[in-house]
Amino acid sequence: MYNKGTIIPGLIIFVLLITFPLWFNAFSKASTVPKVELPPGGQKECVAPAAEMRANHMVLLNEWRDDVLRDGNRVAVKVGGVEYRKGLQTACMACHTNKEKFCDTCHVYTSVKPFCWDCHLTPSVLAAKKETN
Amino acid sequence: MDKQRRKFLKIAGATALAGISAPVVVNLTGSPAVASAAKNQASAQAAAAGGHGDDTAPKGVKLGLLIDMRKLYGHPELLDKATQACNKAHNIPKIDNKKSEIKWIWKTPFANAFTDQSTSNASYTTRNNDFLVLCNHCAEPPCVRVCPTKATFVDKKTGIVAMDFHRCIGCRFCMMGCPYGARSFNWMDPLPFIEELNPDFPARMRGVVEKCNFCGERLALGKEPACVEAVKEAGAIIFGDLNDPNSEIRRILDKEHTIQRQAAYGTKPSVFYIV
Ligand code: SF4
Ligand code: SF4
Repeated sequence: MYNKGTIIPGLIIFVLLITFPLWFNAFSKASTVPKVELPPGGQKECVAPAAEMRANHMVLLNEWRDDVLRDGNRVAVKVGGVEYRKGLQTACMACHTNKEKFCDTCHVYTSVKPFCWDCHLTPSVLAAKKETN
Repeated sequence: MDKQRRKFLKIAGATALAGISAPVVVNLTGSPAVASAAKNQASAQAAAAGGHGDDTAPKGVKLGLLIDMRKLYGHPELLDKATQACNKAHNIPKIDNKKSEIKWIWKTPFANAFTDQSTSNASYTTRNNDFLVLCNHCAEPPCVRVCPTKATFVDKKTGIVAMDFHRCIGCRFCMMGCPYGARSFNWMDPLPFIEELNPDFPARMRGVVEKCNFCGERLALGKEPACVEAVKEAGAIIFGDLNDPNSEIRRILDKEHTIQRQAAYGTKPSVFYIV
């Protein structure tokens, strides 16, 4: 075998480099999954079970958007005797009044940048505007 | 998942640069989806192609608005009241700049509102009063025909010419299409210019077009449009289903002589005026 002296160390360095993210992660302390703030009002129920909301809230929001804007179906969603008017501002933000501690905690962690908030008003934006008036 | 507008524009731009934009454009406008939608919207129109102003068996609900100017002459404050109610309900920014201002409902002289009907030697009343104008929610809306993304569309349940800001890519074709100047473009982030925020309605982002939505969000709650409610005591604005023989607006339309803005364009406005 020719060039054994260079090929084998070279291979080892290559393998180390390629697996760098794996063992780097293993040695650095594991990142902690963010903990979101539940509704400060103490509401226990949402429009769907928590697990489903966690996985599919974006799908639901898109469905609501199309219902309201395109299909003219603005009928409120009724769950457990509570009516939720389809909408980020009218339904979600009514309970989850702290967007920074609820939405952002996960979105920042996962680096998901939804553009909902380019237009939709968060409770903190609403409050800030009130103060300046 | 959604594509962001910016991403869409970038891809569209790149495609255009690649020199294949021409076939894409042809495809878009000629696609069966667009063609069939246009057919549905104007079910009655097919039979009466090109016929202006004839009422061919309209179907379903067609919401419309009637402005009785006789009750508004000499009361510019009522026009302002209606406008302010709308601005407040829809988080409309106040931008004092002709190019950038956002208008859903506003006042304008007769000669501007009815460009094809202004006459010489008009009456004192006509010359000295402003007229309330807004999107006409046309039965044959050119803005809908030219919108490439269907961000502007006709809501089949109400006949409202609606806007879906989520889809608008800010191309402003609709502004070119609308002969009434009823659409405004957001040249800048409107949020800092909104005086009082309504938590029940969103704001907008830079780069989308907006216009009157006949208060679709209020109608869903059983309320009347904000402008109608604002001048309720004067009874100057009547709102309702043009196709319902028992609606107040239908009865007044049957009785009184009304005019529409630029009726000759064939857009069939759903906003009527008693002057
Ligand atoms: S008035 Fe203009 S914006 Fe409104 S429906 Fe007619 S063409 Fe479209
Ligand atoms: S600017 Fe007008 S025509 Fe263009 S996408 Fe938006 S609504 Fe449609």
